[in-house]
Amino acid sequence: MSPLRLELVNLRKRFGATEVLDDISLTVPRGEFVSILGPSGAGKSTILQLLTGATAPDAGEMLMDGQPLARDRHCFAFMPQGDALMPWRRMLDNATLGLEVQGVGRKAARARVAPLFAEFGLAGFEHHYPAQLSGGMRQRAALLRTVVQQRPMLLLDEPFGALDALTRAQMQRWLATMWTRHRWTVLLITHDVREAVLLSDRIYVLTSRPARVAHQFHLPFEHPRQGVGSPALGAIEADILQTLLNPKD
Amino acid sequence: MSDASAPRRVLARLLNHVGPPVAAVAALFAGWEAYVQLSGISATTLPAPSRILFQAWEQRDALARHSMATVQATAFGFAASLSAAFLFSVLIDFFRPLRRALFPVFIITQTLPLVAIAPLVVLWFGFGLTPKIVLVALVTFFPMLVALAQGYESTDRNIAALLASMGASRGRIFVMARLPSALPYFFAGLRISITYAVVGAIFAEYAGAARGLGIYILNAKNNFRPDLVLAAVFVSATLTLLLFGATVLLQRAAMPWARLSERRP
Repeated sequence: MSPLRLELVNLRKRFGATEVLDDISLTVPRGEFVSILGPSGAGKSTILQLLTGATAPDAGEMLMDGQPLARDRHCFAFMPQGDALMPWRRMLDNATLGLEVQGVGRKAARARVAPLFAEFGLAGFEHHYPAQLSGGMRQRAALLRTVVQQRPMLLLDEPFGALDALTRAQMQRWLATMWTRHRWTVLLITHDVREAVLLSDRIYVLTSRPARVAHQFHLPFEHPRQGVGSPALGAIEADILQTLLNPKD
Repeated sequence: MSDASAPRRVLARLLNHVGPPVAAVAALFAGWEAYVQLSGISATTLPAPSRILFQAWEQRDALARHSMATVQATAFGFAASLSAAFLFSVLIDFFRPLRRALFPVFIITQTLPLVAIAPLVVLWFGFGLTPKIVLVALVTFFPMLVALAQGYESTDRNIAALLASMGASRGRIFVMARLPSALPYFFAGLRISITYAVVGAIFAEYAGAARGLGIYILNAKNNFRPDLVLAAVFVSATLTLLLFGATVLLQRAAMPWARLSERRP
């Protein structure tokens, strides 16, 4: 069995006259946290659209566990930008959304989701509506809704982009701890360099549109990372910023 | 917060809400009453509010009987209109070309002058309930359809994308996301349409009916009784306000989450 969970080979995509993805190749090994970093509008979200099947690539291959992605793919649990919680559903019923779509009965879905509320710091808020929760809590609920689908891989699209700086830093550390415990296979889309460095085993830095992989970084450091004070992490962070800000070098 | 102050606070909030409109209506009536008393204007030209209320009380049996007919026409017409608007809103949401084909037709129905159409509808459908239902549906259908169609469009793209990524079908996404997203728009449309509905029913009755506030108003006018005309108008205004209030209560019951946004922990 291939140790690679996901493999993208020479993906190309254009929308009309706009060439969005020029040549994207990347791999996500099983149990690794991989990030895609790029400037705004580089086509990061287009990669996710290709993966979730919202749109099809013009050229290239997408392999899951060595096999081409099936049309009725059910291998990804997707966490969109913002929390995308349904304002009309209580937290418990927001968390069961993916299971309900999979056809799990409401009662069984609730029974599977309820025990996880404590671990996600949401105990006691099962019957609250999203509007009653803070931004950080809503993001934790969105992640809970994502992981409970038990797909082979998580796709996170700028999950903390809408939060204030302090809450975002807290959420990044919280996610680092959670990931260390569960070792999900994750593909994270972000434009926050520090976030990527704090969480990832591997970072792909994209050029601006049309996007290619400008550079690939490996971060063979222990999890969870503290983020501040580590010279090795700081050096990589500076290196990535350099790549993003001076694409010609 | 102490328990003793809680009821007082509720009372204060109620006064805050109900006080200003009640005061405004009372001031209007007081000014009207004073003008009639001081100017000595004839009651067959402008009756005082006190006289209208007195006559309304005298005529309460007749007014109640005619009101019931109007309420019935409003309810049936509005129910027909709501069902049709919902059906068409779903159809045009799933088949876009249908939307382009039908919208001009619906807009034309809104440009028809009721004065011209009402007698024709009575001519076609007789003096029974049917012409009232048709006219009420005619004036309320389009606002409801537009409200629903706009409501579906207001669905959060992220929520739709999320459901699609989970493998939800188009129908599933409609039921789980687009339909609940449309609720605030639906209720906004409902509040507007319910006021049109009463007016539409009265107009239909005015054009010809056995019973109803419309025909009551017509008879009172022909007998030179402006006090009775205005008494019927008071009743219809009260009816409309009650129906409006009912939609507000219905919305609160149907959307308990909508009032929570301002109360975060």
